Amino acid sequence: MNRFERVVWPLVAIVLVALSIPWFLWGSTTVVAGFPIWLWWHVGWMALASVVFWLFATRAWGLGIEPPDRTASGGERP
Amino acid sequence: MTLAVQLGIIVGYLLVALAVGLVAYRLSERTAEDFYLASRTFGTVVLLFTTFATLLSAFTFFAGPNLAYQAGPEYILVMGLMDGIIFAILWYVVGYKQWLLGRQHGYVTLGEMLGDRFGSRWLRGLVAVIGLVWLFPYVMLQQAGAGTALSALTDGAVPYAAGAGLITLFMILYVVVAGMRGIAWTDTLQGAFMLVMTWLSFLWIVVALGGPGAATGTLAASDVGTEFLGLGSDFYSPQWMLSTAIVIGFGVAMFPQVNQRFFVAGSERVLKRSFALWPILCVLLFVPAFVLGSWARGLGLEMGADGNVLPVILAEYTPVWFAALVIAGAMAAMMSSSDSMLLSGSSYVTRDLYRPFVDDGLSERREDAIARVIVVLFALSTFVASLYNPATLFELGDAAFSGFAQLALPVVVALYWRKTTRRGIAAGIVGSQLFYLASLFTATVPSTYAGWSAGLVGMLLGLVLTVGVSALTAPAADERRAIYFEGMRAD
Repeated sequence: MNRFERVVWPLVAIVLVALSIPWFLWGSTTVVAGFPIWLWWHVGWMALASVVFWLFATRAWGLGIEPPDRTASGGERP
Repeated sequence: MTLAVQLGIIVGYLLVALAVGLVAYRLSERTAEDFYLASRTFGTVVLLFTTFATLLSAFTFFAGPNLAYQAGPEYILVMGLMDGIIFAILWYVVGYKQWLLGRQHGYVTLGEMLGDRFGSRWLRGLVAVIGLVWLFPYVMLQQAGAGTALSALTDGAVPYAAGAGLITLFMILYVVVAGMRGIAWTDTLQGAFMLVMTWLSFLWIVVALGGPGAATGTLAASDVGTEFLGLGSDFYSPQWMLSTAIVIGFGVAMFPQVNQRFFVAGSERVLKRSFALWPILCVLLFVPAFVLGSWARGLGLEMGADGNVLPVILAEYTPVWFAALVIAGAMAAMMSSSDSMLLSGSSYVTRDLYRPFVDDGLSERREDAIARVIVVLFALSTFVASLYNPATLFELGDAAFSGFAQLALPVVVALYWRKTTRRGIAAGIVGSQLFYLASLFTATVPSTYAGWSAGLVGMLLGLVLTVGVSALTAPAADERRAIYFEGMRAD
């Protein structure tokens, strides 16, 4: 786990939280394929979050919890 | 005929659950750790679904769609942020660390974990008492919900008190016999069943309405069209959405039956997989249920006599047997939440109150027996309370989540900041609880602050108090300051 990743992962978490509600679509009544556009954003964002969580779990699991020497090898990577 | 079908489905469900419970009982050891935590052995599917089914209280199928019917479907976004993102992050931040500590030191409850670190049985008891104060009304709420649902389903043939009583008796029998293992297995069955039923309902109604475009078109043409389809409204202000998502998201992580599930994973791999699948599961369940609620509004359907809209739209567009299956599943969801809550409530009483304050030398086997007795007493008390149920589902549920949320930040600080002191965490926990209770029950402490909820303000107060008082006080001699930082490894 390098210094870069130690800074990046918390930032990624903040972005996931911050854009979970699409503020830039506030007030928009656009309907796409039968559903409000913000609902599509929600579906896409949750899918993205799932991928990000999976990446974290495979690459950086243990960050901030386990001692750095283990996470340096990248958790459970083969 | 209809009544017979509905009751038959419910009774059938209860029998299946009981059979599962009996199988689990045969596999269990007579120890408290096995009764409460199934000896920390769960795999991904069971852990994911038991946590999920535990969260699927009455809210997902009744109060949630009702809210979408009354104020619009934006609550989906709140749920996504709350459960899909914030709770998932806490799953790692609080959950993984708790899991490691639980394996290393044998902790069964949150109070036990904190009491050990801060060398204080009083802190341990305090956390348990706070947990029980919020848990009790929440369990009562589930029983009341079950009573109402059964009564509505049978058009009053089963009165409210009889419905709530029947469910209570079943839960007692089930929890006492099955313990955590059985509960988690039925949760898994029931979670999967509800996921399938929710989607079948959704697809059935979509087809009946002529596609999502037509259904949303009807909503758009109704008097609430612009308000419901547009993101945000007077009700869904940014402050309200954020306050609700953050407070409930943190509250979920501190809810005893959810928090205790942080201890039960069989391996690190199980925690990782559950973590990554969490947002997907949230979308799969909440989107269809809540969208149906808002469509019902566009279709001009009247809210049901019991105050729930989902049964109304099901009755309108799906056959009787199918609607009965969904409602039976929703009741099962309430029961599975209550099962887990009863078990956790019992563990808080035996582990954090009885053991440290009454009988320190309690044997594992005796603790197991006492745990089962407490389950009975707890369920009977909440049942009696449910007969006088004063407030609405949403208000009570919301208060419990916010109440638990007050614990979250002091706990996170303690888990990650070595300099946290006993006085610091005690100040953070007591201060935030008093503040939040005062906001609920007195007029002097307001319940909102420029649109932000008292629950959120209380959390910040708890954070400031924990950090501030810790910085100003010296640790007590018997605190074990390194315990949360040593040997933190999964393998």
